[in-house]
Amino acid sequence: MADTVTAEDPITGEEIEVPADVEVGEIIDSPVTGAELEVISVDPVELEEAPELEEDWGE
Amino acid sequence: MNVGICYSRIRRDEKLLLSELRDRGHEIEKIDVRKQTFSLSEPPEAFADVDVLVDRCLATSRSLYTTRFAEAYGIPIVNSAETAAICANKVRNSLALERAGVPTPATDVAFTKESAMDIVERFGYPCVLKPVIGSWGRLMAKLDSESAAEAIFEHKETLGHYEHKVFYIQEFVDKPGRDIRVVALDGEPVGAMVRKSDHWLTNAAKGAETEEFELDDEARELVAEASAAVGGGLLGVDLMETGEPQGSQSSGQDARESGYTVHEVNHNVEFKALNEAADVDVPAAVVDWLEDTVAGVES
Repeated sequence: MADTVTAEDPITGEEIEVPADVEVGEIIDSPVTGAELEVISVDPVELEEAPELEEDWGE
Repeated sequence: MNVGICYSRIRRDEKLLLSELRDRGHEIEKIDVRKQTFSLSEPPEAFADVDVLVDRCLATSRSLYTTRFAEAYGIPIVNSAETAAICANKVRNSLALERAGVPTPATDVAFTKESAMDIVERFGYPCVLKPVIGSWGRLMAKLDSESAAEAIFEHKETLGHYEHKVFYIQEFVDKPGRDIRVVALDGEPVGAMVRKSDHWLTNAAKGAETEEFELDDEARELVAEASAAVGGGLLGVDLMETGEPQGSQSSGQDARESGYTVHEVNHNVEFKALNEAADVDVPAAVVDWLEDTVAGVES
């Protein structure tokens, strides 16, 4: 299993595991709620709710 | 080299690119465009030391303005603002392909639902209504009947943003349950895959299965021409197989016989699916190309 670190889920306040190699700006799915969370800092990893999908997103 | 990655979300694609750049020892400036301000004359501080900017903005609107500002400051950016502007808008995309003589599905545009119905009646059912700006197969409608067409046009006219009142209607291409995505660098294919689905939409984002595809000479030629038509760069060229040479698939005067039709060129191409489906290293090819691009700028 890949290395993980813990971070606080911004929605539930629970400690969750996230991959250790996350990047600022990356999106992860909360294992608690399934919500998309954005990595806003690393070392330590801080998360916030990711922005909602916008109509002009894509390729 | 110092590469500025303009982003608002780090997808798997950007992560692959970042990893390749780091492995080769390049400096990276990760530039979250949401945190930048753009003056008319002075670039943001984050742009100061970069040799090249790579536009990886997930939001088309941000991509369009970021590329414009970068060029105004004289900072090299891939893809170019013009390529982004053409690819971001399906009308401009289709016009560019048509002008370049690239086979592309017959497409007409109207501004009212009455005129849109005239197009649909001319094309016959089914035909396809696409949003002028949009991606991942969203808001695409296959118009199977007059009543469905009328209802969709009315909804778009009543509920939509003004861009939804531009009705972009395309003939339905009866493709063989798959389309082809080619990732290309200035018209040279890096790799290709088919996207297969039982659904009429075969976008990877819609869950289509992917599989490596071997391009023939004709497809390679069309990719090069489609790339040139929109100004080149790191692009995703989408083709459908028409089953037989069908010059009539193109709406132009100079329609030529082709077994393919090019329906779209994407300027902010996602390549993770191709990287997994095909025996190619897309990020390595992209970084090779960036190194050449920067060397070209500096010489």
